[in-house]
Amino acid sequence: MLADGLPLDVLIGAWVATGLTLFIYTFLYRDNPLFKLGEHLYVGISVGYSIVITVYAVGVKLLWIPMVEKGQWQLLIPALLGLMISARFFPRIAWLARISFAFVVGFGAGTIIPRLISSNVLSQLEDTISPLVTMTASGLTYTMDFLDPKSDINNFITLIGVVSVLFYFFFSVEHRGVGQAIARTGIMFLMIAFGAAFGYTVMSRMSLLIGRFDDLIMFSGAEYGRPTFVLLALTVVVLAYWVYREKQAFRSTVEEKS
Amino acid sequence: MQYYVPHPASEALLTSASNWMIIIGGFALILGLVSLIQLHMNRIQRNVEGWGYSGVLFAAMFVMVIAGILAGGENLDSERELTGYGWTYSYAMVPLQGTMFSLLAFFVASAAYRAFRARTKEAALLLVAAILMMWGRVPLGEYLWAFSGDIAQWILNVINSSVRRAILIGVSLGMIALSIKIIFGIERMYLGGKKE
Repeated sequence: MLADGLPLDVLIGAWVATGLTLFIYTFLYRDNPLFKLGEHLYVGISVGYSIVITVYAVGVKLLWIPMVEKGQWQLLIPALLGLMISARFFPRIAWLARISFAFVVGFGAGTIIPRLISSNVLSQLEDTISPLVTMTASGLTYTMDFLDPKSDINNFITLIGVVSVLFYFFFSVEHRGVGQAIARTGIMFLMIAFGAAFGYTVMSRMSLLIGRFDDLIMFSGAEYGRPTFVLLALTVVVLAYWVYREKQAFRSTVEEKS
Repeated sequence: MQYYVPHPASEALLTSASNWMIIIGGFALILGLVSLIQLHMNRIQRNVEGWGYSGVLFAAMFVMVIAGILAGGENLDSERELTGYGWTYSYAMVPLQGTMFSLLAFFVASAAYRAFRARTKEAALLLVAAILMMWGRVPLGEYLWAFSGDIAQWILNVINSSVRRAILIGVSLGMIALSIKIIFGIERMYLGGKKE
């Protein structure tokens, strides 16, 4: 029974979202027509979304309005440079695209140098080279609080980590003797960080999974017309029929060959 | 120049130049779009197996573009109600995107089962760090072992950040060197040339 107060667009939306979610999850069984349908819908909708965003955020907001309403006709130059990128599709004038690429790469290279030096090199080095002991009114102390990222012990570990990992990627010196020990320490740090990054990624995917199941549970309610149960049953029936048809086709092929 | 001379004029110049880059980048979408259309038009013209899905892709793209144009590129209308474009985004794109990426949870788990065999000390470290991270990021993990959350946080804050910092410094130095080579014309690979 449907709830009286539920808007029609929400109701249809619940059925569409549930159906598409189930279509994609059928891939857990194997590649099948329902998954392919969902996959191609996803690509089509995403591309359509990108086109609209680009047209309005770039074409209208940054190009059309400043040109027509503010008279900034010099914006025709980047528009022309942008159009010249498409010259790649026409072999006779493909060279025009190089002018656009040269502008983009040149501008990028010029702006990136001070930014990288400031934020990615100097700031990172500044945070790494922190005091390894703390000066207080009563003299020098050593803070061993592991939970405080700015404690002395953590500053020391961070310093060792940064130096050893940088050394591991420094191939101008052969990794022998002390160098080998430093490089191996770097590998240890790298392995722990990669493991942590992997675990973190898994948990973020799990979070998405929980989100999708949360929606499926919500849409299984009577107020939505129980789309989760209805569409799940329908999906299973369609998949079973598809498997049956596949097996029949396989049998007939084998019989024809024999 | 703007970095070393932070004058309003140089800042305005940088803003304009940045907008120029965004405009040129917007036109670059045409490249991807034409490639996608060419690929799927070929599939339809040649009637290859599954050509109907290419039709589905075009239909979905067309519907989204038309809905976007009718809505003026806005997800919500003047009465804060979802437009057709916003509806398609909320009830089709978001679920599809979320489900697609959540599928990776299953495949990552099966890949981990095959890859995480603690054959060496390094692999064992990776395995232990991953387990600690997963253990410490869920309430049940912290309930069963109170320190797990703190350990996971420590790994993220100290070990992970020190490694990220080192990689960031290394990559940045490399990018700076490459940028200088591009500016002085030593590196021209981006123009489609061959390596000298």
